[in-house]
Amino acid sequence: MYETTYHRPSSVEEAAALFAKGSEAKYLAGGHTLIPVMKQRLAAPSDVIDLGKIKDLIGVDVSSDAVTIKAATTHSDVAQSGPAQKAIPALAYLASLIGDPAVRHRGTIGGSIANNDPAADYPAAVLALGATVKTNKRTISADDFFKGLFATALADGEIITAVTFPIPAKAGYAKFLHPASRFALTGVFVAKTKAGDVRVAATGASQNGVMRVPAIEAALKANWSAAALDGVNISADGLMSDIHGSSDYRANLIKVMAQRAVTAAG
Amino acid sequence: MSTIKLTVNGKAVSADVEDRTLLVHLLRENLNLTGTHVGCDTSQCGACVVHIDGKAVKSCTVLAGQAAGSNVTTIEGIAKGDQLHPMQAAFRDNHGLQCGYCTPGMIMSAIDIVHRYGGKLDEATVRHELEGNICRCTGYHNIVKSVLDAAGRMNVSQAAE
Repeated sequence: MYETTYHRPSSVEEAAALFAKGSEAKYLAGGHTLIPVMKQRLAAPSDVIDLGKIKDLIGVDVSSDAVTIKAATTHSDVAQSGPAQKAIPALAYLASLIGDPAVRHRGTIGGSIANNDPAADYPAAVLALGATVKTNKRTISADDFFKGLFATALADGEIITAVTFPIPAKAGYAKFLHPASRFALTGVFVAKTKAGDVRVAATGASQNGVMRVPAIEAALKANWSAAALDGVNISADGLMSDIHGSSDYRANLIKVMAQRAVTAAG
Repeated sequence: MSTIKLTVNGKAVSADVEDRTLLVHLLRENLNLTGTHVGCDTSQCGACVVHIDGKAVKSCTVLAGQAAGSNVTTIEGIAKGDQLHPMQAAFRDNHGLQCGYCTPGMIMSAIDIVHRYGGKLDEATVRHELEGNICRCTGYHNIVKSVLDAAGRMNVSQAAE
């Protein structure tokens, strides 16, 4: 790892001010992507600004119609949150599948979606549930937030403060995990909103990161059941193809994981 | 350079380290607590697991500065004098180790698992929960046996306290 200067601000404002002063500053949340990348010398930030101890960024709030997860809340805290489990069980379940127990004790929702790894779990829930990403400057809808591989709508220095998920009528998540990395080889989150809309998002599949799956959304809107997807064909165009699975394999996984997610959602 | 102050195994300690120092290196090189191992150095294998404020974490993926002000427990801090921690005793009694390299991380993860599940542990859960700890001797069978044995002992000893 190259030399860097570590900062631990106690407020979002202080963090943003430190970022503006650094020549090539980076925010650190749980650090379970940034630190490995720094160790490989693929990132060499002048300043590392730790958001993990800012009290305003930690916690889960549940209201009658939404679950708000503050940005530096760890995956294990979301997975174990009784109110979150009750309001959106699929969301707590998704958090329980990320990495391994030690990783879940450090990794955060804000870090996950700011990084937007194409095989990360949280982007699927954010997109399928139509969540709203709050930052220190504005709010961004899920549809406008994810901008392709490791890219988001966040401006330089902008800090995610919370993500608000509307409570759906039904939701489910199914993930075919890579047994070594535990990232999603393909994961699908299905959601039916209280207004009756259906939103489906797949992670780990597309070359451009998390994506909606219109063919599955249309089939589920007509008939919310796993069987309704039997005849659906998912195109392999634009899907990832690597030693772990071809694009055709991933196209089939999207359908199979969607079916399992619908079954889980009930 | 920064001065990092934290509590390790119940003792207040302080070390002057570069900001890029990882917690595992602070423990091993500044505090000479070499029971915590570096295996893969890529957050996969779990040989470096310690507890920060009671939670199992991979100390190769935590900057020393992030641990400042925290309570860190390493493998050296769990026995009471000559009396092994019930998890250590169970690993010894069940031959839960072969080469021993992964053992400190296994034990620290296993204690965290028992704390989170209490008496509700079964074999499948232990195997699933240990997915962040790799034993290259593939000695999982006796490791799982050890954790289940210790879960019983730890509940008994907690009830006795």
